[in-house]
Amino acid sequence: MAGHRNKGNPGLMGWIDDRFPATALWEDHLSKYYAPKNFNFWYFFGSLALLVLVNQIITGIWLTMSYNPSDEGAFASLEYIMRDVEYGWLLRYLHSTGASAFFVVVYLHMFRGMMYGSYRKPRELVWIFGMTIYLVLMAEAFMGYLLPWGQMSYWGAQVIVSLFGAIPVVGADLQQWIRGDYLISGITLNRFFALHVVALPIVLLALVVLHIIALHEVGSNNPDGIEIHDNLDENGVPKDGIPFHPYYTVKDIVGVGVFLFVFSIVVFFFPEGGGYFIERPNFEPSNPLKTPDHIAPVWYFTAFYAMLRAVTFNLFGLDAKFWGVVVMGAAIAILFVLPWLDRSPVKSMRYKGIISKLFLAVFAVSFVILSILGALPSTDGRTLVAQICTVLYFAFFLLMPFYTRMESTKPVPQRVTG
Amino acid sequence: MSNDGVNKGRRRLLIGATSALGAVGAVGVAVPFVASWHPSAKARAAGAPARADISKLEPGQQMIVEWRGRPVWVVRRSEEALANLAKLNDRVADPESRRAEQPDYIPNTPERALRPDIMVMVGICTHLGCSPTYRPDIAPADLGSEWLGGFFCPCHGSRFDLSGRVYRAMPAPTNLVIPPHSYQDENTLVIGIDQEAV
Repeated sequence: MAGHRNKGNPGLMGWIDDRFPATALWEDHLSKYYAPKNFNFWYFFGSLALLVLVNQIITGIWLTMSYNPSDEGAFASLEYIMRDVEYGWLLRYLHSTGASAFFVVVYLHMFRGMMYGSYRKPRELVWIFGMTIYLVLMAEAFMGYLLPWGQMSYWGAQVIVSLFGAIPVVGADLQQWIRGDYLISGITLNRFFALHVVALPIVLLALVVLHIIALHEVGSNNPDGIEIHDNLDENGVPKDGIPFHPYYTVKDIVGVGVFLFVFSIVVFFFPEGGGYFIERPNFEPSNPLKTPDHIAPVWYFTAFYAMLRAVTFNLFGLDAKFWGVVVMGAAIAILFVLPWLDRSPVKSMRYKGIISKLFLAVFAVSFVILSILGALPSTDGRTLVAQICTVLYFAFFLLMPFYTRMESTKPVPQRVTG
Repeated sequence: MSNDGVNKGRRRLLIGATSALGAVGAVGVAVPFVASWHPSAKARAAGAPARADISKLEPGQQMIVEWRGRPVWVVRRSEEALANLAKLNDRVADPESRRAEQPDYIPNTPERALRPDIMVMVGICTHLGCSPTYRPDIAPADLGSEWLGGFFCPCHGSRFDLSGRVYRAMPAPTNLVIPPHSYQDENTLVIGIDQEAV
């Protein structure tokens, strides 16, 4: 227990350690936290997610200093930030690009977990905390997108809030309760602002702490999917482990450098991301009486939006819209139970059989295709492709208990393979 | 302190009663927080009825009245347009508007109106809330030769006829919503006040 170590030492640190476990915390989480020595490229994205979170919080705080969350003032205050506030354009672009970057690193971070079985026992809670972070992040991004109060902000929120209207019986009242008005109005804007800048960031930070505490309790997984704590030296230190600090802090700094290089290129040269990071209709002030010709969510939501639109048939007396919402919700919910769907005797994709590898590839490709389709206007052909991809997406999860048990796996090594 | 003579049953009862009462209190405390999300008195006042003068509305013309921030369409239909409505009965999903959201005093006829010549409806697609476009032209190139005039949603392609009835196999699940409305006199339409209440 941290509280009983490093007691009675001389000096300032000794004085502090007698009263607060500063050295113990440093050792537990950095200098004596032993991580597997075989981390590869895929292990950059956890620390990068933390970096982007810090970027979002700092630029977000500075943006609130000039932003006005009202029906009349919101759009104008965005223009004010962009044109009149010194470096306001930079703060805003760091924040808007940061939102997309957050999802890039989080998607890669999640894919890493799926590839190497990082969700498997004993890391189920690490995965569930992580998935909750993803869910809150989606809410955070959705509410943040309303704040510029442009046409796409307005109509995007209109479409998403109307999804709640698909719930039988209580739908219409629930919708009105979320909006606080008979339409998306300044009232809705104000409450989304409060949730975006106060409530959800607090929840997000708390979940990040829980995610890391849970991870450090069970130790990091690695590309081989084997437990380094099964092979300890005479001091009780894993033979295949290296202290997180300085080894991985230094490694991550290299990742941060490369990331910031790419991030800066977007911020300074393509801040709108070709209409995918900031959509074009959003340069027009919101107008409740005029719908933009084509409404598409921001790129990180398009896969789920495509699944929503792929459901075009009524079922059991409930209409297609309701089932679309159900499919969309299920697509996210099913990720939560992934630890219990995987029945393979091995964790890492390196030692799983060909069927698992194939399904993971099909899953990843389906997700990318759905993401593309969700950004395009729908046609009959595209709807069919979206339907096929939705089925494949779910097949990856629903068939997992069977194919992971059936297939033959490769023998897992005793020690990590580098 | 000794544990001798501890009345475990009483202790459990006290813990249970305290927790239960605490839970009731928590629900009570949640009430103001949940209720404050309902439309405020100001928002409700802004949702007051809207009046429209329809004397200058020519046959075939559409006017848009804002009510509760939503576009309400008022369309004066020509005799020809009214005659066409019954022809569409087998091409629309719900010809008698049985599943549609509309006041009880609206007849379940193809006209769906208090006055056949004046159609009143909320101009928001029942699919995902976009506002469809008024397309009164017969058989335009982009909507096909079968088109007898109506509304087309640019978001996901739903089609409605001039009574706001959705065509079969469209993303929109139901016909367009008809708001509560009434006529104060021949030329004054009141949106937001029911017919009976006048």
